[in-house]
Amino acid sequence: MQVTAMDIYRLLPQTNCEDCDAPACGEASCMAFATKLSEKESQLGLCTELSEESFTKLEALLAPAVREITIGTDDKAITIGGDEVLYRYELTYYNPTALVIDIADNLDDAEFAERVKNIEETEFERIGEMLTLDAIALRNASGDAVKFAETASKLKNAKLPLILCSFDPVAMKAALEKVGNERPLIYAVNEANMDEMAALALEYDCPISIFSPNDLEKMKQISRTLREKGVQDIVLDPGTFVGEGIGDSLDDFVMIRRLAVEERDDDFRFPILGIPALTWIHEKDEVQGGIKEATIAATLMNKYADVLILHGTNIWELIPVLTLRQGIYTDPRKPQAVDPGVYEFGEVGKDSPVLMTTNFALTFYTVEGDIKGKTTAYLLVLDTEGRAVDVSLAGGQLNAEAVADLIKETGIEDKVDTRTLIIPGLSAPASGEIEDESGWEVLVGPRDSSGVPGFLEDLKGKS
Amino acid sequence: MDKMSQLLKLLEKTDYIEINEFRMDFEELELQLMPAVQKVVQQAVTKQAAVQETMKKMEAIEFTPPIKDYPGEVAQVQLGAGSRKPVYLGGQQALYRFEEPQPNPPVVTFDVFDIPMPGLPRPIREHFADVMEHPGDWAKKAVKDFGANMVTIHLIGTGPKVMDKTPRQAAEDIEEVLQAVDVPLVVGGSGDPKKDPIILEAAAAAAEDERCLLASANLDLDYKKVAKAAVDYNHAVLSWAITDINMQKTLNKYLMKEGLTQKDIVMDPTTCALGYGIEFSIDVITRTRLAALKGDKDLQMPMSSGTTNAWGSREAWMKNDAWGPTDYRGPIWEIITGLTMMLCGVDIFMMLHPLSVQLLSEIGSTFTKEYLTTDSPDISNWITELE
Repeated sequence: MQVTAMDIYRLLPQTNCEDCDAPACGEASCMAFATKLSEKESQLGLCTELSEESFTKLEALLAPAVREITIGTDDKAITIGGDEVLYRYELTYYNPTALVIDIADNLDDAEFAERVKNIEETEFERIGEMLTLDAIALRNASGDAVKFAETASKLKNAKLPLILCSFDPVAMKAALEKVGNERPLIYAVNEANMDEMAALALEYDCPISIFSPNDLEKMKQISRTLREKGVQDIVLDPGTFVGEGIGDSLDDFVMIRRLAVEERDDDFRFPILGIPALTWIHEKDEVQGGIKEATIAATLMNKYADVLILHGTNIWELIPVLTLRQGIYTDPRKPQAVDPGVYEFGEVGKDSPVLMTTNFALTFYTVEGDIKGKTTAYLLVLDTEGRAVDVSLAGGQLNAEAVADLIKETGIEDKVDTRTLIIPGLSAPASGEIEDESGWEVLVGPRDSSGVPGFLEDLKGKS
Repeated sequence: MDKMSQLLKLLEKTDYIEINEFRMDFEELELQLMPAVQKVVQQAVTKQAAVQETMKKMEAIEFTPPIKDYPGEVAQVQLGAGSRKPVYLGGQQALYRFEEPQPNPPVVTFDVFDIPMPGLPRPIREHFADVMEHPGDWAKKAVKDFGANMVTIHLIGTGPKVMDKTPRQAAEDIEEVLQAVDVPLVVGGSGDPKKDPIILEAAAAAAEDERCLLASANLDLDYKKVAKAAVDYNHAVLSWAITDINMQKTLNKYLMKEGLTQKDIVMDPTTCALGYGIEFSIDVITRTRLAALKGDKDLQMPMSSGTTNAWGSREAWMKNDAWGPTDYRGPIWEIITGLTMMLCGVDIFMMLHPLSVQLLSEIGSTFTKEYLTTDSPDISNWITELE
């Protein structure tokens, strides 16, 4: 269960730092600080008045339901886990699912270099954000320890953190001797290699993953054993069964997360790892495989996967997975809106066209991406309380009066000599009323803003 | 390698040598063993003892699945009667399959139009180009070739700005589709709030007692007329609200006042496509299903998703070499949109692409199975097996 501000307040000094003008936590009162802490918007360490005992208690209280774990070091580090809730609307999901691509240790040099480059350079820009991959999973496909270690060394120069995949402790040790100081994720411990792998995790201070396919009882047992040995940073892989078995995998993922969040079962309070790459063991067709792998990835990401190891690197397969991640991990507490007003694109002048859209962030950044650098225009952004064009039209936030007010408030009439407003295609039903209310001529633009530059070109041709 | 080196090699890699069984051999060997090997053997014995102790400790830890009780349940809605093979939606008494398998698998209804729809994306059109002139043939192909559980006939041609087809013509189109297939139908209008209720009423009369789903009733049109048509001619109604749980409750209440029951309503809380606000739909649909299981009677109906909305996303259709072929992007966009809704609790999906329908149905069918009753392949060697 989520910790309330009241639970936290009880353990705070409750002095409100009365004698101090500038409390270290930056809040007006202990209650305000407690609220911020409960919403994970402040740090416990900021409070200077805490006794050691209270600090320890609060630290345990504030520990997220799912432990936060870092893979990699310095600028090559990613953090996974940290979630508090089962449903994102209850708070938010923290730390987006890490998307990892596998690489085999038995590729020839050219193939290897090509694949690393491909992983590092994959990017996709969406609504003002650059979406990229997060890590490389090196597979001991050769079964050879020396080869595994040599290939791990080659990845020292890679831009992304590593997951080392082998069930053989000898191979794992060999690889850790090369890259153990970079905090790779050790994958994986099972019943047979438990003691050696645990020892390696402790020796090199690396996080370690448990592999216990479709057996949560065994998972719990191994987790408890690792914890008793002093291993703290654990990742759970309950097995990814593609095809019919995906139902079981979903159940396993959900049970693990429910045990962590609702029952605070310490053996399960860890990030979950899934391997959509397993699709390719039986599927050889590149297109079918890519579509299936993306489907499995989306399934597991929707239900709590914190790390996913993928095999396919085709951009058409990765774009939807990256996009889903961007959506799921937006913070529902923050309005997805930009400031209303007037925005300028290019060297605008007295005869520049005037466009209009809503202040829904998704809409705004989409439009911005479509016109920036491609055309010259003023863009009026209407406050629709962060709603999209069609939704705000139906909901009444996008209406003639509001548009007329926007024209006045932005002072656009002083900036241009023209009196023509281009509205989004989806808001066409309001065009007449907007004309009446604003006195401007209204042109209905394209339904999709990717058509705006072409639309403006055509207009120029006509005038 | 000589025997000794072999043994050394063996011991160095092994945790679990069954010392007891080989005691005699070891005793004989011991006499000749180098001190280093003796040490290894002793270590192995000590290790073995430690491992056994760990195992014993481990076995004492038991796992109990986190299963919950829910006071409420989702009503079961029957679609299709008369000359139709019925399909059942809803009926859930739990959130997840490990608690209790879903009584009914998710259902896919294929989109079919009363006009040839030149605007459909190419990856869809190429599957249906030969049948687009006749909604009956189109429906038949969707069912026979692509395994649709149901067909949605969108009466787009009735739109005043499209072809302004009359209610009589709409009824004829419905009759054509009813003749062509024996699956249940969803009947959709053109989206014109004035005309839709009249069109739906005519379609409902033409399909009397066939238990269609009339799409849709919402607060912007004469929902009373739609509800009355459903009651009079024995159909169910799609109750459509725009990502607003309170609006959905209100509309459901109004519809029930008009004589419909929980078993006659399917909700459409609106599907925002992947990348275009899908997170809003995730939240609303999740909250709606949880409310139903917690006992909110105004929300205890199955849910529908206009998954086809995914095709409006530019990543699904826009030609862009840097993004790869739309042939693949489109279907994935539709699958992931539908799949995400399915995982939040949606029961019926309106879809367009054959491959999307197939993959979504495959995953959906696992929902009705018990936990750990499927034969799963051995994946314990995936690290070396993956090519």
